[in-house]
Amino acid sequence: MTDDEYINSEILDEHFRTPRNFGVLKDCTVEIIESNPTCGDTIVVDLKINGETIEDVKYITRGCSISTAAASMLSETIIGKTLKEVENLSKAEVLSNIGLRLGPARERCALISYDAVQKGIKKHLKGGKEAEHF
Amino acid sequence: MESNEIREHFPIFKRFGREGIVYLDNAATTQKPTEVIEAVVDFYTNYCSNVHRGVYRLGEEATEKFNKARENIGNFIGAKDNEIVFVRNTTEALNLLANSLGSKLGEGDEIILSNSEHHSNIVPWQMLRERKNVKIKFINSKHTETIKPDDVADLITKKTRIVSLTACSNILGNINDMKEITNVVHDSGAIMIVDGAQSVPHMPVKVKDIGCDYLAFSGHKMLGPTGIGCLFGREESLENLPPFLGGGEMIRTVTKEGFTCEEIPLRFEAGTPNIEGAIGLSAAVNFLKRIGMENVRQHEKELITYTMKQEEENNIKGLVSYGTRNMDRRAGIYAFNIGEIPKFDRENLSDGNISLKVQAIHPHDLSSVADRTYGVELRSGHHCAMPMIQDLGVTAATRASFYVYNSRDDVDRLFDAIKASVKRFGL
Ligand SMILES: Cc1ncc(COP(=O)(O)O)c(C=O)c1O
Repeated sequence: MTDDEYINSEILDEHFRTPRNFGVLKDCTVEIIESNPTCGDTIVVDLKINGETIEDVKYITRGCSISTAAASMLSETIIGKTLKEVENLSKAEVLSNIGLRLGPARERCALISYDAVQKGIKKHLKGGKEAEHF
Repeated sequence: MESNEIREHFPIFKRFGREGIVYLDNAATTQKPTEVIEAVVDFYTNYCSNVHRGVYRLGEEATEKFNKARENIGNFIGAKDNEIVFVRNTTEALNLLANSLGSKLGEGDEIILSNSEHHSNIVPWQMLRERKNVKIKFINSKHTETIKPDDVADLITKKTRIVSLTACSNILGNINDMKEITNVVHDSGAIMIVDGAQSVPHMPVKVKDIGCDYLAFSGHKMLGPTGIGCLFGREESLENLPPFLGGGEMIRTVTKEGFTCEEIPLRFEAGTPNIEGAIGLSAAVNFLKRIGMENVRQHEKELITYTMKQEEENNIKGLVSYGTRNMDRRAGIYAFNIGEIPKFDRENLSDGNISLKVQAIHPHDLSSVADRTYGVELRSGHHCAMPMIQDLGVTAATRASFYVYNSRDDVDRLFDAIKASVKRFGL
């Protein structure tokens, strides 16, 4: 990432300061808590799944700008998508949506919400509902 | 040597030039001077061979240099050469102790640690607890306080077998008085282990003066190569310590029925050692001896004192820093936050009470901006000291840590970088 990209990224800023779909889903189908081992950040992701479709998603985090903005963008991407479509979403696509070239440590920040969503879908398919620590 | 002159010995700073980079993650690992790099290259170029075995010239030369390295490093901390066991790092030294000392412990025996320990001085003991059902007790000091002998005395019982504490916290920079603590521990008959990962590189350390039974430290945090560290153990202590890993080098004889052990310290060095690492570390020790450890300590004390002054003068809104304000007891480590992000608490979490109005700058954001704007390299995260981070009530912190090549200019740049990130992510 160049100086300007990170320092001046407007998309990053916009999503960080006004994250979409932030909060708790009271009627969620599955909830996942995921942590980032390098900084101890945590995200709680609630998914509402109806049949094959992700009807709604909300999350709570107080991570860095990149993890928060990434969660916000991801939430917009996956609402209304099928489980299959989301499972097929690659890490590379998520990173390219953010549009910044990130080092390995910051990539982990950007992917914490993605990991949580993938684990949430797996858990749903196995039929669990309670929050679990990974 | 002045810091400017010292910098000249480090090729990495030439790569980026004077303006390019301010390296302030020395508590994690340090840069390497040409003298160390050349010592390592010299081994591979001129006398690469295994040690302790070959009776040919190369083998003898390698063995001689390896043994000299052990002697030199031992001398640096006031130990005899047979009291120095080569390991990979502090972590391995502490695991060795948790295994070998641990094998003599039984259910209900007690181990005392503190809340400012690095994970490497917590997890091996917790793993031992899983095997042996020992009890672990924590000294819970406030971040502004060093660990006092009384804090240890308060927790000691008839069942206390081991006290293992850091001489200097890698997150707070608090320097504990290990000599007084060791006295209290020895009065109770328990074993004293010192984690010297942040003390041996930064201040004069003499094991006979402290009186501890064991001391662990890492070469890479004191200008040496990675993959080499030391476990010091008093001769009597090592003599009575069961071996850790089994294999070549650590045995005298092996038959189908069993084996007998080598003398100390080889008894604890199974397998081919990190030969060039030991030789490189010895070169690092020589470099530090040339500066003088009193001078190293004095230099870092000046830098942290100057940092405190800059903190006050800049008066950055929301800045909170950790560690004792008594500079006699404070190493060159400065951990801080711009606004504190409270630790994650699932029970009390709802969209109502987790504020997104930016009240704090996340340490990851702060250190990315510091790097991108002023080339200041800071560490952000939990610093492998999650219990202390928890006790501070935050999720993470940013840390600057100094060494011999840092200067007041670097501290000025640090505050410029903090201000740049406040401007970017503002409160
Ligand atoms: C106080 C302390 N103990 C132990 C360690 C572990 O050192 P190593 O990773 O070299 O084993 C560190 C390194 O960060 C440390 O600061």
